[in-house]
Amino acid sequence: MATVSMTVNGKSVSGEVEPRTLLVQFIREQLHLTGTHVGCDTSQCGACVVHVNGDSVKSCTMLAVQADGSDVTTIEGLANGDTLHPMQEAFRDNHGLQCGFCTPGMVMSAVDLLKKNPKPSEGEIREWLEGNICRCTGYHNIVKAVQQAAQA
Amino acid sequence: MPDGTTGTGIGAAVKRVEDFRFLTGKGNYTDDINRPGQSFAYILRSPHAHAKITSIDSSAAKAAAGVLAVFTGEDMQVGSLPCGWQIHSKDGSPMLEPEHPPLAKGKVRYVGDQVAVVIADTYSQAKDAAESIVVNYEVLPAAVSMSDALTDKSLVHDDIGSNLCFDWEIGDEAAVDEAMSKAAHITKIDLVNNRLVPNAMEPRAAVGEFDAATGEYTLYTTSQNPHVIRLLMGAFVLSIPEHKLRVVAPDVGGGFGSKIYHYAEEAIVTWAAPKIGRPIKWVADRSEAFISDAHGRDQINHAELALDANGKFLALKVQTQANMGAYLSTFAPCVPTYLSATLLAGTYTTPAIHANVKAIFTNTVPVDAYRGAGRPESTYLIERIVDQAARETGIDKVEIRRRNFIPADAFPYQTPVALQYDSGDYEATLSSATKLADVAGFAARKAEAASRGKLRGMGYSTYLEACGIAPSAVVGSLGARAGLYESAEVRVHPTGSVTVFTGTHSHGQGHETTFAQLVSDRLGLPMENIEISHGDTNKVQFGMGTYGSRSLAVGGEALIRAVDKIIDKAKKIAAHVLEASADDIEFKDGNFTVAGTDRSMAFGEVALTAYVPHNFPHDELEPGLDEKAFYDPANFTYPGGCHICEVEIDPETGVTEVIKFTAVDDVGRVINPMIVEGQVHGGVAQGIGQALLEYAAYDENGQLVTGSFMDYTMPRADNFPKFDVTTEGTLCTHNTLGVKGVGEVGAIGSPPAVINAVIDALWDRGVRDMSMPATPEKVWSALQAAE
Repeated sequence: MATVSMTVNGKSVSGEVEPRTLLVQFIREQLHLTGTHVGCDTSQCGACVVHVNGDSVKSCTMLAVQADGSDVTTIEGLANGDTLHPMQEAFRDNHGLQCGFCTPGMVMSAVDLLKKNPKPSEGEIREWLEGNICRCTGYHNIVKAVQQAAQA
Repeated sequence: MPDGTTGTGIGAAVKRVEDFRFLTGKGNYTDDINRPGQSFAYILRSPHAHAKITSIDSSAAKAAAGVLAVFTGEDMQVGSLPCGWQIHSKDGSPMLEPEHPPLAKGKVRYVGDQVAVVIADTYSQAKDAAESIVVNYEVLPAAVSMSDALTDKSLVHDDIGSNLCFDWEIGDEAAVDEAMSKAAHITKIDLVNNRLVPNAMEPRAAVGEFDAATGEYTLYTTSQNPHVIRLLMGAFVLSIPEHKLRVVAPDVGGGFGSKIYHYAEEAIVTWAAPKIGRPIKWVADRSEAFISDAHGRDQINHAELALDANGKFLALKVQTQANMGAYLSTFAPCVPTYLSATLLAGTYTTPAIHANVKAIFTNTVPVDAYRGAGRPESTYLIERIVDQAARETGIDKVEIRRRNFIPADAFPYQTPVALQYDSGDYEATLSSATKLADVAGFAARKAEAASRGKLRGMGYSTYLEACGIAPSAVVGSLGARAGLYESAEVRVHPTGSVTVFTGTHSHGQGHETTFAQLVSDRLGLPMENIEISHGDTNKVQFGMGTYGSRSLAVGGEALIRAVDKIIDKAKKIAAHVLEASADDIEFKDGNFTVAGTDRSMAFGEVALTAYVPHNFPHDELEPGLDEKAFYDPANFTYPGGCHICEVEIDPETGVTEVIKFTAVDDVGRVINPMIVEGQVHGGVAQGIGQALLEYAAYDENGQLVTGSFMDYTMPRADNFPKFDVTTEGTLCTHNTLGVKGVGEVGAIGSPPAVINAVIDALWDRGVRDMSMPATPEKVWSALQAAE
């Protein structure tokens, strides 16, 4: 077992983990932050995207021990109380979610896009979100939501 | 066709009430549920498509760290996983119906078949221990393709003696043959409707729990229909009476049909929970989902369309082979028959139709309904053969459709394959879609693309589907072993807020919003005073769940009937308090008023009177304000419309790009246009996925070679343009809301529009056919072969 410590959503946390424990397992099973989802086992779907030191990361592709000492933000850390982050608000305004399962990863990924490219074209949005699979929306309203958030 | 665009009533694009929890990570999916003392199950699955199990040695696994139990098929002596629909062959004999044990007994029949379950303190321990189970298999030849299976050289189920599950027909074959003999032209086509993996983003999961103090079982599961699971698992598999079995389907991350069925894992965790005395959680990983979720489609069709000299359709004859997989999943037999062949008239007046369907067992994952379920297969067949007939006869592809449309004044329209359409206007949706797609400008766009060396094509689909499933007496006569009504309860609380219990289930469709809009509209209450409860058999009276675009057309109608009972009773209460006749009470904007006076009571005052009945008509009424309704529809509903796809193909690479996709759908009255458009977007994406990207491919040994997101091409954001989607049309005539259903239209209408566009683009280069999915390799090869 190994001890890991990190900051998650502004709070210091630590835990004992098997070395093979994935970051997403640590977040879901030990921190009980179940907003981060697991939709595949090949790092393709992006349902597990969180921010590690400000960058979007597929948390199924990183060991918890690799995140030792990091600053992690999950979907639970994005809103300010009942006030949604502009990206969350844009998803709601544009019906950018249906079943909600891919949504946390999609939102976290989109937030990072606008950080790195504040005024993306539609093509750039679609290319960036290529690593996040949604089965419900056909991406139409997700793209609209990111475009709205980019205007905000 | 919205009736209004403001407020929260019918026709308003109300933002979804469920979104806040999903956007903030507070959804409650099955894998988010952790019960005290919970253990974890790992299912050991067959690596072979077809093999005898000669021995299983699980002694090492049982001794491994953290392991609580290992069970095999010999340990789990329970009932067979049941099939919910019985088809009879054309000779009158019932379909062959093999036993389907939750854990394999003696033989495995597909890669992924359940062999053993390991239960341990942690998931990792269970998975690790499963590796030490020694299973000796005697590998048998696998019947993988339907043509191989039909030879019966290798029987999937020895005891039933054949791989032919049933050989069914519908329609008047003699009339079809007669018409064929007199036809001016006969168009023939051979099609494969590619096998798909539904791939809802949330993998299936189940948590089983047993309370020794009460004898009650609880199953949390990723289901579209918890009451159906309770009935199937309780009554047929585990013999648990319904009052001792609670099934909860909490937030569910997409279904698309794949979460309708009762699966082995649900029975395994429920059965094993009392044996180990702890709750048990099982969660599929994605690789496991690929080989254990029911697959979709997988038909082979041969069709012949007879036309007269004017291009009028005289007759359609269809032969279909439908893959059932290794076992009969819950709805499987009805998909290629009553959900598919009955749709073969489409939007056309074809007077004679005959279809023969052979359903075949193979050593592959069971196949069942996937978004559209049978209707995409028939739609693909019709719209492909109509396009081909246009090419062969030299009639314009739009004109040939117009010549054969069922006219708008011909409804109700009886087809030759059982269904009676209640309403529709196919010319109207075609005309609107033609404008929206800028068909007039296509020739110029095609020329411009050609100047860049690219090939443009445009394809049409003027489709129809039957949903709002379904009239119980009708489906019962066709082999359904259940009724397909829906129920609702409207519980008005003493201070006037309302909880609605619906037997439908929302797993992305937004019922918590749409159903609240119905109540808000009818009772004049604000949305925040209305709560929609679904998915828990201990809360909801009963329900058949959500599939077949039935939630609003059947469940919404049940809800409206319960609301109307509330209004009736509330009027009587108000009449008593206001000292008037109930006939004189008018209900408007949440107030009960004596007609022609200013004497009135607010809805909340009536509710309080019902629960504090000091001044109450006790002789006439019971206290309280809580009403239920069960609604059994009189007919299916018949959404339809026109999809137009414009593609551009790069002949150097074979890559097809969807440039523009236009959908004009008649889904009846629209309650929430934002949600309706979202449903069409998602359905169209799945349809384009089927047409261009997705294919569940087996090798000759029965291994699924597209068994992960690395291999199976899921549609991604950069595969699509924005879609041009709108609704218009007619009202359903047999429900009071006038709604038809929208969940499946996108997936049903779109695939032939895409493939027709691809063929149109390639036509001038000599390509005459294209199968789904039209991958770059396939398109490039077709271009090379045509040169």
